[in-house]
Amino acid sequence: MRKTCLNCIYDIAREHEDVFFVGSDLGYKTLDDFKEEMPDRFFMEGISEQHVIGMAAGLAMEGKTVYVNTIATFLTRRCFDQTAMDLCLHNVPVRLVGNGGGMVYAPLGPTHMAIEDIAIMRALPNMTVVAPCDAEEMARFMPQTVDWEGPIYIRLGKGYDPVVSKPELGFTLGKGIPYREGKDVLLVSTGVSLHGCIDAADLLAEKGVSAAIMHSPTIKPFDDELLLSMADGVKAVVPVEEHTVIGGLGDAVGAALLASGRTSLPAFRKVGIPDVFTENYGSQKELMRHFGMDGEGIAKTVMDLIA
Amino acid sequence: MDKRSKALRRRMIEIMHLGGRGHLAPAMSLVEIVRVLYDDIMRFDPENPQWEARDRFILSKGHGCLAQYAMLEDKGFITCDDACCFCKFDGILGGHPERDKIPGVEASTGSLGHGLSIGVGFALAARHAGRDNRVFVVMGDGECNEGSVWEAAMSASKNRLDNLVAMVDYNKQQSYGTTTEVLDLEPFADKWRAFGFACVEVDGHDVDALREVLSSVPAEKGRPTAIICHTVKGKGIPFIERDLTWHHRTKLSDELYNSLIEAVS
Ligand SMILES: Cc1ncc(C[n+]2csc(CCOP(=O)(O)OP(=O)(O)O)c2C)c(N)n1
Repeated sequence: MRKTCLNCIYDIAREHEDVFFVGSDLGYKTLDDFKEEMPDRFFMEGISEQHVIGMAAGLAMEGKTVYVNTIATFLTRRCFDQTAMDLCLHNVPVRLVGNGGGMVYAPLGPTHMAIEDIAIMRALPNMTVVAPCDAEEMARFMPQTVDWEGPIYIRLGKGYDPVVSKPELGFTLGKGIPYREGKDVLLVSTGVSLHGCIDAADLLAEKGVSAAIMHSPTIKPFDDELLLSMADGVKAVVPVEEHTVIGGLGDAVGAALLASGRTSLPAFRKVGIPDVFTENYGSQKELMRHFGMDGEGIAKTVMDLIA
Repeated sequence: MDKRSKALRRRMIEIMHLGGRGHLAPAMSLVEIVRVLYDDIMRFDPENPQWEARDRFILSKGHGCLAQYAMLEDKGFITCDDACCFCKFDGILGGHPERDKIPGVEASTGSLGHGLSIGVGFALAARHAGRDNRVFVVMGDGECNEGSVWEAAMSASKNRLDNLVAMVDYNKQQSYGTTTEVLDLEPFADKWRAFGFACVEVDGHDVDALREVLSSVPAEKGRPTAIICHTVKGKGIPFIERDLTWHHRTKLSDELYNSLIEAVS
């Protein structure tokens, strides 16, 4: 997914002269082709996230579209004020590309686990927040970042995730995707949590429970309309995210349901990371299972909820 | 390179292999710095890691933790079993060191540019309590790109913290490239001096030279000390020295593992 995203940035830059790339201190040889062909629009400015964001804002105020890339935790936490003020207050077209969203960097511990990135980015006025589920969805999404007004936070998954998105369902920035039909419960996914939701829906089907899936790569603005239509008549709604249960997709879903004014609401439970710094290392997969975010865990939550 | 430096390196490679990943080259450049601090300079008690009068050590470039882990095992802060669970689900040693999990680790690091400020806090607290313990903070050169390092430096010097020692592992490389390519630090020693530090430079792989410099801190009464350690990223394993693909590695094959071990035998 990361590779696809960077390739897209390269393609976009070749087509659009106003597109710049700014990195902090990325991996050796990152976007070497970009640097070689368009050296005047490629910057690697060091481990200085606050400065990098301010610099990108300045370029954007001068009419450039700027793609900034580094590890998700440092891109969201280490320069939050610059993001809020320089990017969001000025509402400039800077695209923040965060590597390793969620628990991708599990073995590296809490400094590298981006578990509240969606919440803090979502809280900022003018910020758009997107988490694609696989490389192909990424490829459909990226061209839409060129002309989008204001800043975008793009959360990247691990890479080499199995492709589960469906080209026929398309991708529209700001819109949800009705991924799977079902009449009993509604699962809502963003980013790679779609994988777990698919597994859960299969497991639930074996138990005679028909689960619909709304995939919501765009978390902000959230597609309330699609949610409410898909939630119509189901017994339970379960949003699933590789993120703290505070302030992310789950809260967007819950708020939309409550604000709908409907008198009878479905049962509701958020699946995600509890309000703690993760105590364990291991792999992303192990942690997903630990927090009940794999297919089995999600299915269990659903069964408990509708029992 | 003497036996001890080689043995520590060997252990680091073993630990990395058990964890299946690690920042090997960044840790290799730290070995002598960490070794001299623990062997000859710092005051601590592995039986009582919370001993109030201990010297404080912060590995601000937390990704170099393999060097510290090998040392903590060597000194008996942690066990062989702990080391064998590097990066494992239930282990206490992660890819970056965490306080309250690992005895002997004073601050959780891994987000660069935090250690010196925490060190200023430790040094102020020591002075306030009338304790004579010292605070050693080890940073990367790339880490010194962070503005917060220089905010901390100004504060350390304003507060005349001569119980604080900032050490830089100046291996002239960071993640993407050389420090001159990414963000040049030079004139580096002059920068530290301009920020109010007494600054000395040393060969960061020369154990005797390190001992000498570290034995005479503070380099100047009333000022914090900066020690610029000239090092080589990946030091000790010829085929990884200065090779940036070794900044962080996963999936170490048995063959590679054997050649790493061989290089330090
Ligand atoms: C705030 C922050 N930004 C980015 C990173 C990612 N990162 C980890 S190590 C590293 C390079 C560090 O270079 P340096 O300090 O020179 O240490 P070296 O590995 O070269 O010894 C980077 C950019 C980080 N850990 N923290």
